Amino acid sequence: MPLTVYGTELSSRLLLGTAQYPSPAILSEAAKSSGASVVTVSLRREGIQGETGGRFWSLVRELGLRVLPNTAGCHTVKEAVTTAKMAREVFGTNWIKLEVIGHHDTLQPDVFGLVEAARILTEDGFAVFPYTTEDLVVGERLIEAGCEVLMPWCAPIGSAKGPVNLDALRAYRAHFPDTSLIVDAGLGRPSHAAAVMELGFDGVLLNTAVAKAGNPAAMAIAFAQAVEAGHAAYGAGILEPRDMAVPSTPVIGKAVFS
Amino acid sequence: MKLIVNGQALESQARTLSELMTELGHTGNWFATAINSEFVPGSERNEVRLSEGDRVEILTPRQGG
Repeated sequence: MPLTVYGTELSSRLLLGTAQYPSPAILSEAAKSSGASVVTVSLRREGIQGETGGRFWSLVRELGLRVLPNTAGCHTVKEAVTTAKMAREVFGTNWIKLEVIGHHDTLQPDVFGLVEAARILTEDGFAVFPYTTEDLVVGERLIEAGCEVLMPWCAPIGSAKGPVNLDALRAYRAHFPDTSLIVDAGLGRPSHAAAVMELGFDGVLLNTAVAKAGNPAAMAIAFAQAVEAGHAAYGAGILEPRDMAVPSTPVIGKAVFS
Repeated sequence: MKLIVNGQALESQARTLSELMTELGHTGNWFATAINSEFVPGSERNEVRLSEGDRVEILTPRQGG
């Protein structure tokens, strides 16, 4: 069954960022190779000539994918809310990846500001995709604020560490069985994506691991396959680890030679 | 009148936000604007008058994660 968020069915469980690619052409190639149905974008100050944003926006529109604007770099509720409103107008979507950054070095979300901004934006008609931690109470508050999707990190943004706290992510999935959960930030390699999908997460959002790969388009394919493999494995029912060895070949009927 | 546009001090003859956009050559539809941290929709740029010292933000699409 496809992933559905805010009433929209997505053809892929991989959401891809558009930053840090070696060139626009490589970004375009990677996005197409990934099979992603959603790409994230941002808003930044335009230069005097006013051409930079227009060129990028044309490239994104040519991809034909749904866009998820972010509020990256916002450190206050006010900044995030204003940026979200500006993004809604420019990109023509009420979807917003809500980031309220609480710490310059770790880029850890300010979860208090996040919940407040989420409430303001959902009341204003936004479909909020909150970048959060794996804290269960914060997740509950975000749902109360109107979020239908939660996006916990698995490690700091751009760190490529992969899931540093699998137990917390497992608990998160168990605690929110009916909410779409997308792991956002910290994935470094396809096996990381497979690991969180095997826990039952509904999707992953990543950027740096693909953009900074030696061959971004090839890595995008690898991630797409890992996401699908992890999702299929979760659906198939994964064998839990056992403390003792258990022979896989039948013991009954074994020949006796002594 | 002196304005702060995208963090840069600027001397402008524009009376409205719409006139400022024209003055700066921003004619496409891929811009979003804010004055003093408040979002100003494109449909209101004609009516919104600028004041001395206003902080104007003009944002456009950019790569993002």
